Amino acid sequence: MLNETSRYKEILVKGIWSENPVAYQVLGICSALAVTVKLSTAIVMSLALTLVTAFSSMIISSMRKKIPSNIRIIAELAIIASLVIVTDEILKAFFYDISKQLSIFVGLIITNCIVLGRAEAFALANNPVDSFIDGIANGLGYSLVLIAVAFLRELLGTGQCLGFMVIPDFIYDSGYQNMGLMVLAPGAFFIIGLLVWLKNSLAGISHEKR
Amino acid sequence: MGDLFSLFINSVFIGNILLAYFLGMCSFIAVSKNIETALGLGFAVIFVLTITSPVNWLIFHGLLAPGALSWAGFPGIDLSFLKYITFIAVIAALVQAVEMIIDKYSPLLYASLGVFLPLIAVNCAILGTSLFMVERNYTFMESIVFGAGSGTGWMLAIVSMAAIRKKIAYADVPKGLEGFGITMIVAGLMAMTFMMFSGITL
Repeated sequence: MLNETSRYKEILVKGIWSENPVAYQVLGICSALAVTVKLSTAIVMSLALTLVTAFSSMIISSMRKKIPSNIRIIAELAIIASLVIVTDEILKAFFYDISKQLSIFVGLIITNCIVLGRAEAFALANNPVDSFIDGIANGLGYSLVLIAVAFLRELLGTGQCLGFMVIPDFIYDSGYQNMGLMVLAPGAFFIIGLLVWLKNSLAGISHEKR
Repeated sequence: MGDLFSLFINSVFIGNILLAYFLGMCSFIAVSKNIETALGLGFAVIFVLTITSPVNWLIFHGLLAPGALSWAGFPGIDLSFLKYITFIAVIAALVQAVEMIIDKYSPLLYASLGVFLPLIAVNCAILGTSLFMVERNYTFMESIVFGAGSGTGWMLAIVSMAAIRKKIAYADVPKGLEGFGITMIVAGLMAMTFMMFSGITL
């Protein structure tokens, strides 16, 4: 039992930090950037992606012995797409405003490399419970980056956090200005580049080959 | 005609699918190490996009849109929630076809694209273009032009990135920023230059 718990912990740590899908494996940044103008959309997107990754990994893993390997990509995509449709319908029903803001990016979870990447790299070779945890871990790893980027962009770009003003007026009075660049596309690129730099420096060594 | 032209320019520069909407980043980072490969993948993306966008338009407006099935006697049916799964199936099938054609006629290109060709199927740019096309209510002609324009914009971005990265290989990049980090910073600078075009009205 102890052995099991430590294995789950290892999978979690790998997905969230040491092999973080966005920062380390360069997967899934497509949508990671477009929805990060505001923190609220980023949080909803993270939740959606984490759930889709976890459940798709679990389902694919439980069917891994039944799927012939030459058509596995199509089969995986069908499973992922069905889950995304369910997620999209749920969002439309309960969070209509946010689902409008996320527009096509919920649909793009299908082509998010993290989901398919975990299915290929982990779920096809491991049992359903491990795959489920791996999916949660990678989803959380992605969420970590997404929420960090969204927090910085919203804070620096509009002075807000989740829609509330957090930068007090006297700072504005003394000449502080919002950074318009952060709300625009280039801001996301810069922040993610700098975050990767930070992460690589924290680890002490650079994993990337030139 | 003028409208279509301005839509094309718009989708290549101002609304560049990669630099303004961040679509297709995964292969953008992975394949932009070499100019020839980037060019090859760029053309493959243009080709696939120009076909998938109108094909998906036909499928969406002929079968899935609300009321589209009225010719079959089902005016009340709205199948638009099926668009994700249908689009991805169409794209996967077309990519498979393109892969077979390239394999037959240009083994060299096939060898250099290698594993990245199947990745076009899951390239966010392809699915994203189809979804944008639905969301923005383009007409059939517009969907062709939009597909071609997005593809061209994507190719432009990846080829320039490959050229820049070739130069960066000789530069002294701070430790920890090499590779992915500096690529993102450069992409940010590129996105800024592309935003310059948004001042142009056509």
